Amino acid sequence: MSDSKPLSFTEFRARVGDLRGREFWRSLEELSRSDVFDEFMTQEFPQQALALEKGVDRRNFMKLMSASVAMAGLAACRQPADAIVPYVNQPENLIPGRPLYFASAMPLGGYATGVLVESHMHRPTKIEGNPQHPSSLGASDAFMQASVLGLYDPDRSQVVRKYGDTATWGDFIGAVQPIVTAAKTNGAGLRLLTQTVTSPTLGAQIQTLLAQYPGMKWHQWEAVNRDSAREGARMAFGGYADVHYDFTKANIVVSLGSDFLASGPGHLRYARDFMSRRRVRHGKTTSMNRMYAIEAGITSTGSVADHRVPVKPSQIEGIARQILAGQASTPVLKALLEDLSANRGASVVIAGEEQPAVVHAIAHALNSQFGNIGTTVLVTDPVEVAPVNQLASLQELVRDMNAGAVKALIILGGNPVFDAPADFNFTRALDKVPFRAHHSLHYDETSLRCHWHIPDTHWLETWGDARAHDGTISIMQPLIAPLYNGRSAHEVLGALIGGLDQTPYQTVRTYWFAKGATEQTWRKWLHDGVVEGTTLPTRAAAAAAPPATQHPGNPATGIEIELRPDPTIYDGRFANNGWLQELPKPNTKITWDNVLLVSPKTSVTIGYDPDQREANVNERRTRYATVTYRGVKMNLPVWVVPGHAENVATIFFGYGRRNAGKVGTGTGFNTYPLRFSNALHGGPGAEIRIDETIEKPYLVACTQEHQSIDPKDVGERGLVRASTFEAYQKNPNFAKEPHHGSDTAGHENESMYPPWKYSDKQAWSMVIDNSVCIGCNGCVMACQSENNIAIVGKEQVVRERELHWLRIDRYYRGDVDNPEVFHEPVPCMQCELAPCEPVCPVEATSHSEDGLNDMTYNRCIGTRYCSNNCPYKVRRFNFFHYADYDTPALKPMRNPDVTVRTRGVMEKCTYCVQRINLAKIDAEKENRKVRDGEITTACQQACPTQAIVFGDMNDKTSEVAQLKAEPTNFTLLEELQTRPRTTYLATIRNPHPSLVKHA
Amino acid sequence: MRKDTTPAHELRPTTQELRIPERFIPTPTIEPGHSFSTITDHISTIVLRRKTPFGWLIGFLIALGGVTLLMFTMSVLIGKGVGIWGINHPVGWGMDIINFVWWIGIGHAGTLISAILLLLRQEWRTSINRFAEAMTLFAVASAGLYPALHTGRPWFDFWMFPYPNTMGLWPQFRSPLMWDVFAVSTYATVSLLFWYVGLIPDLATLRDRATNLWVKRVYGMFALGWRGSAKHWHRYEYAYLLLAGLSTPLVLSVHTIVSFDFAVAQIPGWHTTFFPPYFVAGAVFAGFAMVLTLAIPARKFFKLEDFITTRHLENMGKVMLATGLIVAYAYAMEWFYGLYSGNVFEIFMLKNRATGPYLKMYIALWICNGLAPQLMWFKRFRTSPFWLFLTAMFVNVGMWLERFVIIPGSLHRDFLPSSWGMYHGTKWDWSMFIGSIGLFFALLFLFVRFLPMISIFEMRTLLPEAQAHAEGEGQH
Repeated sequence: MSDSKPLSFTEFRARVGDLRGREFWRSLEELSRSDVFDEFMTQEFPQQALALEKGVDRRNFMKLMSASVAMAGLAACRQPADAIVPYVNQPENLIPGRPLYFASAMPLGGYATGVLVESHMHRPTKIEGNPQHPSSLGASDAFMQASVLGLYDPDRSQVVRKYGDTATWGDFIGAVQPIVTAAKTNGAGLRLLTQTVTSPTLGAQIQTLLAQYPGMKWHQWEAVNRDSAREGARMAFGGYADVHYDFTKANIVVSLGSDFLASGPGHLRYARDFMSRRRVRHGKTTSMNRMYAIEAGITSTGSVADHRVPVKPSQIEGIARQILAGQASTPVLKALLEDLSANRGASVVIAGEEQPAVVHAIAHALNSQFGNIGTTVLVTDPVEVAPVNQLASLQELVRDMNAGAVKALIILGGNPVFDAPADFNFTRALDKVPFRAHHSLHYDETSLRCHWHIPDTHWLETWGDARAHDGTISIMQPLIAPLYNGRSAHEVLGALIGGLDQTPYQTVRTYWFAKGATEQTWRKWLHDGVVEGTTLPTRAAAAAAPPATQHPGNPATGIEIELRPDPTIYDGRFANNGWLQELPKPNTKITWDNVLLVSPKTSVTIGYDPDQREANVNERRTRYATVTYRGVKMNLPVWVVPGHAENVATIFFGYGRRNAGKVGTGTGFNTYPLRFSNALHGGPGAEIRIDETIEKPYLVACTQEHQSIDPKDVGERGLVRASTFEAYQKNPNFAKEPHHGSDTAGHENESMYPPWKYSDKQAWSMVIDNSVCIGCNGCVMACQSENNIAIVGKEQVVRERELHWLRIDRYYRGDVDNPEVFHEPVPCMQCELAPCEPVCPVEATSHSEDGLNDMTYNRCIGTRYCSNNCPYKVRRFNFFHYADYDTPALKPMRNPDVTVRTRGVMEKCTYCVQRINLAKIDAEKENRKVRDGEITTACQQACPTQAIVFGDMNDKTSEVAQLKAEPTNFTLLEELQTRPRTTYLATIRNPHPSLVKHA
Repeated sequence: MRKDTTPAHELRPTTQELRIPERFIPTPTIEPGHSFSTITDHISTIVLRRKTPFGWLIGFLIALGGVTLLMFTMSVLIGKGVGIWGINHPVGWGMDIINFVWWIGIGHAGTLISAILLLLRQEWRTSINRFAEAMTLFAVASAGLYPALHTGRPWFDFWMFPYPNTMGLWPQFRSPLMWDVFAVSTYATVSLLFWYVGLIPDLATLRDRATNLWVKRVYGMFALGWRGSAKHWHRYEYAYLLLAGLSTPLVLSVHTIVSFDFAVAQIPGWHTTFFPPYFVAGAVFAGFAMVLTLAIPARKFFKLEDFITTRHLENMGKVMLATGLIVAYAYAMEWFYGLYSGNVFEIFMLKNRATGPYLKMYIALWICNGLAPQLMWFKRFRTSPFWLFLTAMFVNVGMWLERFVIIPGSLHRDFLPSSWGMYHGTKWDWSMFIGSIGLFFALLFLFVRFLPMISIFEMRTLLPEAQAHAEGEGQH
């Protein structure tokens, strides 16, 4: 609440008045105990004291957060409000120290992904994927993991506001009633703006409302919308339809600018399915799938493609048409066509969300042509309640607002003031509406322009329902009562509909009971996290031929701009989430910022001197370039990415928020002004030059530099090992062959001393399959959430002090214009002969009996010698007091099983030792050994492609032991004889035989 | 007491019929014209005179400013954390350890001059040993600050000492840092004892000569009742010899163990067996450079040219040349070992030194430590205080650069390129460094004001009368 006003006594009273029924007494009690209330009682000028918080800089935001009334309420337990005495009878299943798991679903862009939420004494602390949910299958992505921080975010909106001042929910109902009543008589003038809606209950409520007020209109807008997919499907199938894919059956995948492995509905499922065909196991795997990616900037999907063709985004349509026409102008396209023809019914052509609708139509036509529809490409009725062209929908709203036809606008979620297309002048139009209300999690840019603001509930706080990418419905159940007195969308709509003041629980339950649910099925749905039998049936469809070209050819001049949602903060809604801000973006490894991504050649074209660039990158800084595009001029820092298409600048949007909160406000650059309604995803004709007038370099918090590395040096080190499937079949032991750095191949275990036997213990170890890693960051975020890892802020990342225990190393090989990309997640290697252990003067890091390299935080004095001596550099040091000990809101978020580290202490990956010990305790109680698969580390659990396997390598039947026996298994820096417990499976790609360059 | 102004060397029998070419006649370790009393007068007056020289006051105030800066930096450091420095991942040690090794290296000259040269009966050492020993102590004090304060939680530093505790926890004796704790603390203790024992006869002289009652008492207290009896002298000689014997191995051990901090680790650029001799040579090199840096202005300021003669300066120049050659040899051997190993990481480390972002440091290192000492081949430069001082300054800087090249220069790009980074000292790194220099000089200023900076009684033994006496009496 960067714009929060100092509290006054009247506001205080109003706030107390806003609390609901039985909470009242408890809350007052808490109020009287809170710091703020004490201040009111004891200080003469409390307002001035509170105003201090405005001067807090971002890095220290968490440390210096002062307590507020609602937070004080939070510090108390969130158990049922009437339980004020200790339990007389222990509630069933509630064992202190043991978490409970509840199924729910996280909606993003309308589409739900099933989750299991870990709850410690009624506090949600960790999100896991729901194995029964079709979009998750147990996996989770960075957004899901980080939503725990989103829930407890102390900057969330905490009170209803009227003209920015504190008001109550009752005030809002009082104010909105005459408006809706007037709308009933006048008919028109009432408008509802929502984001994408797949929730049947919410849909039904909106339909009820629309029926009540026939003149009312419902608009939908989301900055990251699926208009292209929607319209493409309409072109191909003659009406709105949803298309999803079965990659398990696809031998050939062609991506037309699509990042289906890492974004969009169902991406976790797609990643699992796609990679299930790339897991090479000796003697078992007889074939691999093959992917061709045609794209501009390197996406996670493109980074694992067998053939990646960097082209301008506008060229993709032409290439797609060539493929459709069966023409092949290049060897890659020739191979692609050959493969598609040879794999009829077993291929997928998938178009990116950033591609125009016509490319989607061409993709559907291609799928139809090659017989994929019904086998790998599944067409269903729309998942959304009411699919519309969201751009057109918003345009209509803006037109009506400008015309003065909108008398009242209720905005449910979203932030259109920030993210509407630049040429709509949404803010100016909005200001013409006499009654504006905004319902959102944060008091954001849009809230500021609205008369009323109602705090939303986080998805972990409310009842609801939503559909998965294949239509499967999940009931969302709250894990905690609303922390900040938020109201769910159901309640807001309920208030508009009038009549019953239903709780969201009643709303959702009533809807489903009306649909035929019984208490029994209802409970089962809640337990399972999915409503069985709601998967939308696939329908037979044949795609129509795509319409003729809509693009008048490619203008040759200038640089083309590609606009994409930010990979970590999405459309800007996660800007205040420190975990996501500090998450290194896939491939570029940039945190806290958006930059202008160009290829090495293009950087020279725009006037960036390569020597200067290299020196700058070394120091984690860069120069500004001036972008002139359609009359908009802005300065953006330039960052060079090998493999990026020539004469294309990729720009992520979502940054540059002005009212995001203490963390997000002011990070990066607002690039929405470059987004025009007729070119939402960018277009040609940009003028980009290095800005010679700005000498001062811009600091970029990049966690891995790359330009300065001579590829030869890296290749000799044998850090990533790769081969093609064809070569692998001839020589499965390629990863074991000595490389230049190693002269000890086959001698790894030679020592003067006999090796320590862990024979009577379970030897925990990990295998990471580099082949299937897509670098999506799910594991990194899961690790952060599970292990209470603090964030350090941009300035500290620039100074190379990030704390992530797990990082994903990225290596390039080959031509700088189109290199192969390799991902390698690096957790602690848990070396059996760990170099960190003998150098610690106080024995703060030592070996456990089962061979783990343990870290004793409270013994550590912080000499940093262990980190210096770690060849893998996986140790992380608390240079300052990074962990937030003070903010009450963040205390319940933490995993109670993991120590929160203090300053001056070294930390590192523990293989989630808390999970290991939990399983060991269970096993000991039953007098048995821990079973294979009983322990999953947080990273393993999150991984959508199951690249990480953990277990006991002494048990030769365990999955991990079997993987270690694979010929492709290799050890990082084995010549150092550290004997890591973490090993890797070499990367195997499957390029078309005709395209393999034989050395 | 005999009054004789004839210079010592002219009295030697070599001046008789067997004529020795002049160039073989060593230049004197004490200028002609001195007697027992002139030596005593000259040196003790510096301490006992009532009026504090204005120049001293100015210098001391500047040094005190440094101490203030040090205190301020330490407060911020303990208050906020070591994050105020430039260290990061992968460079866990920066100027903290660079400065530690630099100071410890400087602290080597004292013991070397006092102990080894004593045992080798190099009489010329006499006029510089007190000074060098004091310098050693103060350098060790400055050095000691760094390992104590570089830890993340300095208030738990005592965990590095083996003390009995209820947890039954013991330090980890395999860690070179642990060895450091013992090596440095032993060195500091022995150096202090050596210095103090050597001071006792002079403290008694000052006690006897002081006119102010309180000054008399204070010196008297520290003189431990020294009366100069034959018994005292006998015990003194034994104690001094024993301490010399004790500290001789320390000269080698301290920097050997400091070098283990690096040699035991497996980072390319650190992991080499030749680090111990290389570091010891470097330490002697640095130590003599610092003695020259301090002695040249001091002899000028306090008019001690008669006692710290050109011969002393020249000898120190020679030691600097010899150790400088060893150090340069080590730099060259680093290349040989790296290339001969065929190890890709070692080869890259060298390549990174030669072409990487710290190339300027590496070139400067060669100029300061490789080229500059070559001037010492020439007698003209060796005997010129100006050129000696300049060379010594080059060496001081060069030795700091050497540690920079070794520590962040090796750490910043090690095995996995994904973790590579850069290191830059922050203003707090520099303020701590400047502060420790301030501390060093403040202590040194106090020393020259309150204690005889040249050993009075040992200087007296250099006089011909003492020589004649010794010859007459036979060996002690």
